[in-house]
Amino acid sequence: MSTATADHHGPARGLMRWVTTTNHKDIGSLYLLFALIMFLIGGAMAMVIRAELFQPGLQLVDPQFFNSMTTVHALLMIFGAVMPAFTGLANWLIPMQIGAPDMALPRLNNFSFWLLPFAFTMLLSTFFMNGGGPASGWTLYPPLSLQMDAGFPFMIFAIHLAGISSIMGSINVIVTILNMRAPGMTLMKMPLFVWTWLITAYLLIATMPVLAGAVTMLLTDKFAGTSFFSAAGGGDPVMYQHIFWFFGHPEVYILILPAFGIVSAILPTFARKPLFGYSSMVYATASIAFLSFIVWAHHMFTVGMPVVGELFFMYATMMIAVPTGVKVFNWISTMWRGSMTFETPMLFAVGFIIMFTIGGFSGLMLSIAPADFQYHDTYFVVAHFHYVLVTGAIYSIMAAVYYWLPKWTGHMYDERLGKLHFWISTISVNVLFFPQHFLGLAGMPRRIPDYSVQFADWNMISSLGGFVFGLSQLMFVWIIFKAIRGGRKATDQVWEGAQGLEWTLSSPPPYHSFNQPPTVR
Amino acid sequence: MTGHKTTFFKIALISVAMFGFGYLLVPLYDVFCEITGLNGKTGQIDATQATAVYQPDLTRTITVQFIANHNAAMPWEFAPAVNRLQVHPGKLYTTHYIAQNQTGNDMTAQAVPSVAPTAASRYFDKTECFCFSQQHLKAGARKQMPLQFVIDPKIPDRIQTVTLAYSLFDVTQPAN
Repeated sequence: MSTATADHHGPARGLMRWVTTTNHKDIGSLYLLFALIMFLIGGAMAMVIRAELFQPGLQLVDPQFFNSMTTVHALLMIFGAVMPAFTGLANWLIPMQIGAPDMALPRLNNFSFWLLPFAFTMLLSTFFMNGGGPASGWTLYPPLSLQMDAGFPFMIFAIHLAGISSIMGSINVIVTILNMRAPGMTLMKMPLFVWTWLITAYLLIATMPVLAGAVTMLLTDKFAGTSFFSAAGGGDPVMYQHIFWFFGHPEVYILILPAFGIVSAILPTFARKPLFGYSSMVYATASIAFLSFIVWAHHMFTVGMPVVGELFFMYATMMIAVPTGVKVFNWISTMWRGSMTFETPMLFAVGFIIMFTIGGFSGLMLSIAPADFQYHDTYFVVAHFHYVLVTGAIYSIMAAVYYWLPKWTGHMYDERLGKLHFWISTISVNVLFFPQHFLGLAGMPRRIPDYSVQFADWNMISSLGGFVFGLSQLMFVWIIFKAIRGGRKATDQVWEGAQGLEWTLSSPPPYHSFNQPPTVR
Repeated sequence: MTGHKTTFFKIALISVAMFGFGYLLVPLYDVFCEITGLNGKTGQIDATQATAVYQPDLTRTITVQFIANHNAAMPWEFAPAVNRLQVHPGKLYTTHYIAQNQTGNDMTAQAVPSVAPTAASRYFDKTECFCFSQQHLKAGARKQMPLQFVIDPKIPDRIQTVTLAYSLFDVTQPAN
């Protein structure tokens, strides 16, 4: 294990380089490529959904298939696109940002990546089995999810594999951050992306096993005769919701905390000012992570909880707005009176702040228990979580790719196309998701292939926005492809205001980042 | 390298413990529901004990409604003998449900009770109930299933109606 750090060697040749690699940059690239493929497949499913909802009535697909589209779209985007993309960024950036030669556990790193293609091949293969893919919604509530046919165990084991992969990935991140920082880099000197990932990794190792437990209970309920969730045998289906959301709520912060780290890296660069309130950012992230464990039941206000329970989860949920508000104000203060320029990464980062905050506000509305009885399971919820996940998590990932792509490839991407990509995406994503607030408030339920005619107009507008947003992501693929193949040479620092250890390396960086620990001031 | 290994095992231990915690949540919720009376879980006491402990409060009258639900896949006929009873807290009452197996096969069923409002469930004590055990009925057979209950006189004054609902589930073991 230790020999890899000592001798200088380049990557192996040919396809086997990618199968056997233990290099953090290679594995980071694999993760990012995998996430991009999943993003496109999941996006194609979203196109099917929006095409079916273009008009009322059943047009294109049958309801069962429609339901499996919404289910698998969510599973792919959460477990296949956003999480692996963040892990890919962690692989690329954490060793470079803390001044380490590689990740701490390189072989584990290889294994945790290569579990993913198998997991998702297994998940997608259920479409070709008796009864089709999972159609119960990504939350897999029993007893509905237990009605799935031949594909059921494949789906469960796919979730197990993806879970094992992200647990091992997180362990690797934690060991790397705790043990391999350059001399002088104390915890409170770490870049925020490293900090947010450290906290995310702890959330992952604490919650993914709980999800694994929940789906294992589903599996034994179906095949081994247990009755964890079957009322006939003394179990309770609501119990599943409690266990699932005990995982599920920290999960939504797993999907957003690294995004906070990315935005906190990009804003100072293009505002040419240091980040405002670094330590409060760290504490805010930690508080959000802690609070995420005690708010799960706000996903299930309507199951018949006692008033005391509703109130507890309502107030605890609202409390999360405080540390999140600290972050948003810190970002605004960072930009305040800065000499700002708006290159593509900055555009995506500023877009993130504005649109993520819109999603945060609709989240606050949903946290109000009495109001939630009206919003529950409507398109208002769909609008809310797409604002925080698409214009939140996905936008931050795009910002990160534009920001670090010149460092990774050594070439500048096409700035004109990048800006065009941002503006088309931003306009269309709002046309896509903003009307869904109106649909939800008017009472349109989520996860239905057909709807009553009064919802027709906004659905058509939303679908049109969806098609434009979907197609404009092909631009993203093209811009990345172009930058990998060639382009203007990037300097080592790339951006005028960029600070941090990764910018002291050459562009592209050497195969092993820091063989000599850098000095940290 | 040993440093990495120690950290690795420490953190891996957290994941393993959390997997166990997921399972631990199941009994934890049961205990929580029992203490708080949430989830409509009713109490169970002995008949002789009930008459000994509770003083009948003849000044109060509470309406108890009886409801029968079928699980979707349950073909039995299942209904309460009476739809409602006027009862005094602290006094023992007996009623029954009627079930008939209308299929051509011998079957086994399990009834799952629920009490509404949930605040009433901790004061609703059963001394005898067909839901305590599985019920077997031969093909075409009909059965009166008894139910004996007492309401704790400490039940809050604002509760004037208590609804007792049973859902009947098919738990017949498939013949192998």
